[in-house]
Order: sequence, then structure tokens, then C-alpha cells
Amino acid sequence: MRVGVVTFPGTLDDRDAARAVRAGGSEAVELWHGDADLKNVDAVILPGGFSYGDYLRCGAISRFAPVMTLIIEQANKGMPLLGICNGFQVLCESHLLPGALTRNSDLHFLCKDQVISIENTNTPWTSSFSKGQEILIPLKNGEGSFQCDDATLASLEGEDRIIARYVGENPNGSRNLIAGITNVRGNVVGLMPHPEHAIDALTGPSAEGLGFFTSILNAMVK
Amino acid sequence: MSLDTVAQAIAHPDTAQPFKELGLKPDEYVRIKEILGRRPTSSELAMYSVMWSEHCSYKSSKVHLKQFGEKAPKSDALLVGIGENAGVVDVGQGYAVTFKIESHNHPSFVEPYQGAATGVGGIVRDILTMGARPIAVMDPLRFGPAEAADTRRVLPGIIAGVGGYGNCLGLPNIGGEVVFDETYIGNPLVNALCVGVMRHSDIKLAKAAGAGNLVVLYGAKTGGDGIGGVSVLASETFGDGGSTKRPSVQVGDPFVEKVLIECSLEIFAEDLVVGIQDLGGAGLSCATSELASGGSGGMKVQLDKVPLRDPSLSPEEILMSESQERMCAIVEPSKIARFLEICKKWDVTVTVIGEVTDGKHLEITWNGELIVDVPPRTVAHDGPVYNRPLAQPEYIDRVNAEKISVPMPQSSTEIKAALLKLASAPNMADKSWVTAQYDKYVQGNTIQAQPDDSGMVRIDEKTHLGVAIATDANANWSYLNPYQGAKLALAEAARNIATAGARPLAVTNCLNFGSPEDPGVMWQFAESVRGLADGCLEMGLPVTGGNVSFYNQTGDVAILPTPVIGVLGVIDDVRTRTPMSFDKAGLDLYLLGTTGAELAGSEWAFLHGQRGGNSPTADLQNEMNLIEVLLAGRSEKIFTAAHDLSQGGLAMTITEMVLRHMVGATISLNDVANDLLSETPGRVVIAIDSSKSSALLELCAKYKTPVSKLGTTGGDTLVINETVISLQELKTAHTSTFPRLFG
Repeated sequence: MRVGVVTFPGTLDDRDAARAVRAGGSEAVELWHGDADLKNVDAVILPGGFSYGDYLRCGAISRFAPVMTLIIEQANKGMPLLGICNGFQVLCESHLLPGALTRNSDLHFLCKDQVISIENTNTPWTSSFSKGQEILIPLKNGEGSFQCDDATLASLEGEDRIIARYVGENPNGSRNLIAGITNVRGNVVGLMPHPEHAIDALTGPSAEGLGFFTSILNAMVK
Repeated sequence: MSLDTVAQAIAHPDTAQPFKELGLKPDEYVRIKEILGRRPTSSELAMYSVMWSEHCSYKSSKVHLKQFGEKAPKSDALLVGIGENAGVVDVGQGYAVTFKIESHNHPSFVEPYQGAATGVGGIVRDILTMGARPIAVMDPLRFGPAEAADTRRVLPGIIAGVGGYGNCLGLPNIGGEVVFDETYIGNPLVNALCVGVMRHSDIKLAKAAGAGNLVVLYGAKTGGDGIGGVSVLASETFGDGGSTKRPSVQVGDPFVEKVLIECSLEIFAEDLVVGIQDLGGAGLSCATSELASGGSGGMKVQLDKVPLRDPSLSPEEILMSESQERMCAIVEPSKIARFLEICKKWDVTVTVIGEVTDGKHLEITWNGELIVDVPPRTVAHDGPVYNRPLAQPEYIDRVNAEKISVPMPQSSTEIKAALLKLASAPNMADKSWVTAQYDKYVQGNTIQAQPDDSGMVRIDEKTHLGVAIATDANANWSYLNPYQGAKLALAEAARNIATAGARPLAVTNCLNFGSPEDPGVMWQFAESVRGLADGCLEMGLPVTGGNVSFYNQTGDVAILPTPVIGVLGVIDDVRTRTPMSFDKAGLDLYLLGTTGAELAGSEWAFLHGQRGGNSPTADLQNEMNLIEVLLAGRSEKIFTAAHDLSQGGLAMTITEMVLRHMVGATISLNDVANDLLSETPGRVVIAIDSSKSSALLELCAKYKTPVSKLGTTGGDTLVINETVISLQELKTAHTSTFPRLFG
């Protein structure tokens, strides 16, 4: 199975995401922001970082990258797409996911080990988990507070589209402790914390993030 | 304003020049005239003034720093030594590691966020320039008293700046220090360390060899920021009156630097450069003169080709600008097309600004007119050297004669109170408020980070080879005895590497001092350098490079002498490192080393306003034996955990160990107060499974290292003789200080 990992200028976690894809059993394929070519991948990950410096709203420029046109097109046809951190911000800016990620409530960049609970295991990125399973993975961002209007929040809750929530104290002021959401179809997932940094207890707080990457292999094999 | 050309300088030899305002002494100005056989042009004067500055020329420190070469131990590990952008060390398996630490103290006081941010940016470019991929950063920081208003002004900005720049570059921040002392008010110390890794064959040097090769400037455009002598340049002689308000602190753009790193690494991978230099302090003046003098000396540069952010900049300003995120490469003509192509891929601005010649002079033109014609070595390396007067300051005998008189806790209530007081003191308190603003996970190779004794990163995912780095300074000891203080800081940093089981290999340093014009400060500096050089020789650790920061003082009050020592070590398998703490009950705790009555310069004395007494004397033979015990304890799988004793003594070491995984301990001590609070160097607490006790004793006997049993692990309390402290209470004390102070 081929999973594309996009590099925008300023992307930081692309090599980590590729490592996690390989650890999950799939082939990682490098995708360049400026190339309108998806190289026949079966799924795509938009990794974390500060694409284009994020001097405007985070992700606001990346959505216009040539590679994004194809990704948006394929995602609308059902291709599995995961945006992590900055990737989540790009998905919101691309309107593949609703809402927006704003400054953390305490206004500081925050890097910590965070427990999240997996709330929806029906997406191609979360099927390896059990519903309600709690996992420990790094959270690291400056703008990770998920915000949306009441109607959107109601539909996210009502349609079971919140795929992960923070457990314990709200780390960044996200509405309803939202750590990750999915689209109506369930193929596009945005996640603020970083499962790719938790695939090995040697270098991360746990290996519990690996489930996102085994999930996608299972989803594509089916 | 008319252009001051070489022809003008010859035609008008008596034109008055603002050399004093540029910081040059009259005799230095005379020397420039002698070198050139005429007066310098204004552009040449600008170049000499920045390159002969204390910052670039090390004119006050050079005579002392040469000891690092003279006393250098024989080391097979050193691939590139002092003098290049950073030293390079062989860590085995074909890998080379480069690391260096630099200061950005003054800019960070003026503009905390940008000062700290560009400090990180500058050191990262030094590492990149060697051909290495930067893999981690560390930041030893020092501030005025934690409660002081100015500390509240500078600290949040400095932390945010270090984080903002490093996080955006995708470099894990794996450690550092945060220390408070009244002498740093008005003089915060922002030291930044970067480490990078490459294959041996990838090492790059700053040299411009081969006539006809092209001089290529790439990265950010040049602006009016960071011009050192900006007030002078805006004077009537130089300026057009418009630049008076330009900031002298550079403004960083980490996104541009991130792209510059990736672009440069792609260029290096295809072997497209002959030589390379980053543009840091003294900007283009430094890069062109150092590259040219690193080669045969000849270079022609068309300064008007430099891409500008501000088209009104004069040639003198362009030569002195310290705009960030710029690199200068020497490229063979046959490789330039590919070079430009890679820059285009990364959207990096790139311009050919000149070429290497077979002459001996660096010639710079401005719209065809010759404005600089100098032997580059005279700019880059033949600056003035001062043997400044030095004298032991009067305070030394006075404070050394003082007797420490601090309350020594005896009852359970007093012991508990002492532990809580130490654990919550700003210097000792949990630093998560700081480190949570730094990304420690990016790149996916971080094995250890603060609060571990050292930072550790994996450099090969298949063989599990890794490197560890620690930085340390104990300014309280350096104040009492700068010679011993430097040795003790070296020993501590080496020990902090070894507790995890990594073997110390090489040393870098950042020497932060007051004014070199004060003979007392100069003596502190000379003694520190002598101590460090002697210590490195004795421990067999080469100094690979470093940085000197003088003039850290407000009025007559200098900062404490603060030589920050960084030690790099190698570990063959990061999976087998010894962690700093235990996560299970039933282990035995031992103390390696012996405890004397050494409270001078201790945190306990500091908390009681005492600054006198004699510093400990470094016993490096003991330290080296202890290091062998620590290395064997890891490789022979004897140790479950090991944690260094330093500031705060056993009290803080045991506190940090029990709080790490919230697993308690019960220990018994003979002389409770002194055993807890003394800061005798050369000590480590280890945890072992009880089945390993005979192996431990054999090991310690082999390396003549004293060992004594402290107690056992377990429970949810820390028990010291009859004193019982709940871990929760200890944790609250330890973790609430920073949020309370800085919210």
C-alpha cells in the first residue's frame, strides 16, 4: 500500500510521518508541494510543521499548493487523507473539514505528552483502535484550539464525527475537548496531536500512536 | 553622499574618518593605514572595524585561548579543530558530529524575542556550514532574580524566541539551563548550542579555492537590520540620515532558515560547493574576507549585485549588515547551473556576486568603481591582539576567608522544610513551564531531554548509535575560584554525559564575562581558560571551539564569571542507556563518591544570601574513575538508573528521582543536614536490582570509587531517616514555582 507524505516548504514532521507509515506496514511516498502528481498513492498524510512559515493563518497558503488541488479532488472521491497538526490546519483552510484552529488558550506554544480517547473507530485512520481507548501521544503546537460555531459543533457531535478528545484538563481551549474530527464521508481526518511521534517508546511517550498507521494499511487491504 | 573609492582614498589621503565612532583605537587605525599604504576607504574602514571588533577578532581573549591548542590532549576523535565554524568529532561508523555553543546576550536584553531567536538561528547556520544536518539544540539561560521586574520582561520573550525559532526549524530542544542570580539583571545570558551530524566525507570548510570559481550569495535578501555600528553609519560622514532608527538587533525569519537548511543539504549532497560560509556577525565583511583568506586570497566581488530588501542601503551598510538567513558559497562554473536549479526548487534567492581570482587581494566594486582592495587575511585574521592587564580582584581573599553560616536542619520538621524550600527555589524548581514551549519530539530521534542529566539523540536508526550532550556552569564556584570553577563545570558536564552511559569525547565552551578592560574580570577570564585547558588535558577531551562574550556588566557590576562548558559524548546503543530515574519499587539505592562539608557556593548558601568560602577542588582523576564506573554500569547492565549530584546536592537529586515516575524512596543518612545539602562534586546516585550488589561493589573497587548504600525505592513518600514527605506535596512545591512567577 502506498501512502503519500506531502512536504511543503516549512514542513517539519514529514520524515517522522514517513517513518510511521513504514512502521505501520505501508510504503511511504514523498510528495512535493509544487508537483501536481500524486504518484498513484492510495492515501495521503499532510504532516506537521509551519508550512510557508505560517505567517498568515496557519495552513492558509498551503491549500493553494499545486499538489493540494489533486488531493482535494481525490479526497472528495473518498481517498483516505490524514492531516496532523499543521496538516489539520490545512484541511480546515481547504474546507475539507469544518472549523478552525486558533491560538492556544494560554497563548504559549505547548509541547506535552497528552492522553486522548479515540471516539470513532470507523474511519480508515482509527479502525485499529477500540472505541473509548485512551492513548498517550505528544501534543505540540501554538495554534491547536479547535473552534467552530454551535451548529457545526452540534453536527460534529450528532454525526459521530469527533474522532478523538483530550482526556483530563483542556490543554488548549478546544471546544468540547476536540483533538480530532472527520468529514461526513469519514475518509478525511484531522488530528492536532502527533501519533507519528509515538510509534516507539524509545523516542516517544509510548508506541500507541502506531494504530493510526496500522489502521490505514488495514483499510486499504480490505 | 559621494562614493568613497580607492582612487578617492589615494587622492584625498587626509579626509577625516570616524574610526573612533566605529570602535577602532587610534593605533588600530594607524595600523590599517600601514597595511594598505594609504587611508582606508569608508567601506574598508567598515570592514576592518567589524572584523577587528572584540566579537569577531577575540583580541582580548586570543592570548589566553591559545592554551586550548597548546594543551590539547591527543585525540583521534577530532576531525576539525578550533578555527573553523565549528569543530567536528568522529563518533564512529563513518559518522561525524559537529557542535558549538554561542552567546546572544546583549541582543536578547535589548529585544528578548528576536535576540534569542536569532541566537538560535546563528548557531544553527554555523553547524549547517560544516556540511551537517542540524539535529538538536540546547539553550543555557541565565537571568536576574526570578521576582525582578526586568526578569519578567526578558524571560518570557527569550523563552518564546528560543522556542519560536527552534520549533519552526524542526529542531528538537533537548536541554539547557535556567539559572537566576542578581548579577544577571540587565545582563541576561542567552547561550545557544546546536549539534549536527554528517558522514566524514561531507565535511565542508570555509575556503575560496580555485581561480574562476564563483562567489554565490543565497538565502534572504540583505536589509538594514543588525548593523553593528549603525549610529556611526548614520553619521554625517557615512549616512544619508535615514538609517538612524534602524534596529541593531537582527530580525529572524525561521521559515527562510528552514528552507535554507533543506536547500543547502540538497546542494551539499550533490557536492556542488568548494567552500561555504554563513553570514553571521559582521555579515558579508566576514564571509568574503574569511572565504578569501581561507583560499589563496584573491576574490572579486560586485557588491551592487547583492539583492537588497532596502534599495537605499549604502555599500558600507551592505558590508556590515547582519541580516539573517544568508549563506555564501564558492561554486565551480560547471556546477552553477545545478546549484541555481536547487535554489529555484526551494524558492531561495540566489545571486552570483563575484569570483575567485589568482591574485592576493579581495577587491570589491560598486557599480564598477573599486571601493575595497585589501589583503583579506589582514581583515579576517591579523586583527589586533591585546595582552590586557589582569590582577586578582580584591574580593577573592575576602570571600575565601568568609565562613559559611547557614541553618542546618536537624529535626524532621526542619528537614522537610529544607527539602520543600530547595525543591521550590527558582534555580531548582521544575522547568516544565519553559521546556513545554520547546518541541522535543520533532525528527523522531530524541532519546533524552531536559530534565534528564543530558540530552541524547539517536543518529542511526539501524545501528542505534547516538550522541549525548550536556552543558554546565557553576558561576558561584567560578566566583570563588575561577580556575577550579571551570574544571568543576567540565567535570560536571562530562559526568552528566556518563550517567546515561555515553563516553565523553569533546568539549565546546561559551565564556561569559564582564568587561575585559577591568583587570579583575580579565583575571577571572584567564583563570577560567587556564582551568578549562588544564582540565581538558587531564581528562583527554579536546576543545573543538567556542565563543567568548565580554562586556556583560552593568556599570561597575560584572556578572559572575560564567564559563558554560558543553561536553559531547557517544553511546553505541541508545536503547541500553541508563535512565535518570527508577519506575519501580524494591531497587537498592547507592551513592557513588564521598560527601564532604562543602556548602560554599551551594544553592543552600545562595538561598541564605551567602556567597563566601572556598569552592571545592576538582579531583579529575576521581571524576574519570567515576565515569568508568558509570560506563561499565551501563554496558554490563548493572544499573537501573543513575542521576548526577550537583546544585542542591543529594536533596535535589533524590527529589528529582522520586518525582520522575512518582515512585518514592527510603534512605538513611548519618549526618543528615550535610549529606543532603553539601555539593561535593564527583557524586552520583544509582539504583540497582539487589541481585547486582556484588557486581557493583566489584566495579567500584576496580575503579577505586567509594560507594555507600543509601536505601531502597518504593512507596508514595520520600523517607529520610525519620522524616516523611509525601511525593504529592514535594511535587506541588517543585512544579508550582514557574507557573506562579511567569504564569
